Amino acid sequence: MSTQSNSLEKQVGWNREEMAKRAALDIHDGAYVNLGIGIPEKVVQYVPEGREVIYHTENGLLGMGEAPAPGEEDSELINAGKKMVTAIPGAAYFHHADSFAMIRGGHIDICVLGAMQVAENGDLANWSTGAKDAIPAVGGAMDLVAGVKTIYIITQHCTKAGEPKLVESCSYPLTGQKVVKRIYTDLAVIDISTDGFKLIELAPGIDFDTVRDQTGARLIDGRT
Amino acid sequence: MIDKRFDSPAEVVADICDGATIMIGGFGEAGSPIELIHALIDLGAKNLTVVNNNTGSGHVGLAALIENRQVSKMICSFPRTANSTVFPDLYQVGEIELELVPQGTLAERIRAGGAGVPAFYTATSVGTELAEGKEIRNFEGRDYVLEYGLKSDFALIKCEQADRYGNLIYNKTARNFSPIMAMAAETTIAQAGACVEAGELDPEVIITPGLFVNRIVTVADPARESRLVAEGRRYP
Repeated sequence: MSTQSNSLEKQVGWNREEMAKRAALDIHDGAYVNLGIGIPEKVVQYVPEGREVIYHTENGLLGMGEAPAPGEEDSELINAGKKMVTAIPGAAYFHHADSFAMIRGGHIDICVLGAMQVAENGDLANWSTGAKDAIPAVGGAMDLVAGVKTIYIITQHCTKAGEPKLVESCSYPLTGQKVVKRIYTDLAVIDISTDGFKLIELAPGIDFDTVRDQTGARLIDGRT
Repeated sequence: MIDKRFDSPAEVVADICDGATIMIGGFGEAGSPIELIHALIDLGAKNLTVVNNNTGSGHVGLAALIENRQVSKMICSFPRTANSTVFPDLYQVGEIELELVPQGTLAERIRAGGAGVPAFYTATSVGTELAEGKEIRNFEGRDYVLEYGLKSDFALIKCEQADRYGNLIYNKTARNFSPIMAMAAETTIAQAGACVEAGELDPEVIITPGLFVNRIVTVADPARESRLVAEGRRYP
């Protein structure tokens, strides 16, 4: 099914921008935040006015700013995705061991990441499909999920092939065990609760049964 | 008199021998000591174990060192990067070994190695395939995996400014692994954008104190890896 919003038709689901916008509502004022590559990077654009958020990038910068203006690019000022960025007034640089002490030591409040699979107990798989011919590459994903206080996931509810990404247990290699707190998909916002996946909000034009049918594990209706 | 300044990249890498373990600073191209790596290619030392976050890009710098078949093993967190084909191609035919380490564990292993800490426990990778076969210990109700400190024979790093004692300052996110690699290597070799007299760097802003650094060579206008890659350049 199409989940693209269209001004001429009734909106069904959230697109990538809207998923990022919904996640941004849960970034609190004063938070220190690390954003993964892909849709999570878009969260920056949607943090509500009046909230001051400091972005951490694990290659050694606290206070990451927007993309540089043309002509202002600096190849020695980059983010974890190796894209050129800027530093805000009040930013700080540091070496890799300090950067991961911030992560592993529990000093970063929120990390927003993508996912291949999330299990109902909060297990996350987002670094490898386990394919034999693949080149394994993990980067900082395992450190982030082990150390950051709150892990949010932004992901399509299903794969392009229509397979559920929210599952009873991950078939792909794990990034971390019981680490995810909340998932923002194109269909819904879902918490990891002690009883498993718990729907707390539906995207426009989506009903509970639709989400349940596309979820590979039990889904509780947690709307109040 | 202490003076760690040398005249050329060729001179500072001249005693790197076959089988050495070498830490190379940089995260992607930021902080990559490309002139020192090229001097190492000219030298030709083989069967090297290289520690770096990545595996280089294009056919210059670290990728060229690998392509020249001087590296038998990489220790890194993310061996795939845009424009990175040299390592993947060799890895897939079994011609180069890979030790994959989570990025923060890699950084802490290097820091520990330099700080005289032989091993430590971390929660990173617990319950994943990267913890398989490693000792797990529970502290205060949580499982942690044992990881070992990492040392090397040499470190090749890049900095913005150095003085003749080897005190270093860096530029922005080009700092990354270099300060901890300088600590973990038996011999640390830095290429500096500029070298100044002792006393010219403010002691309050020095990032790497000189005792961690053995040799300095000035490379006033270092090449930019991404520019070389965009131009399709190869080294040698």
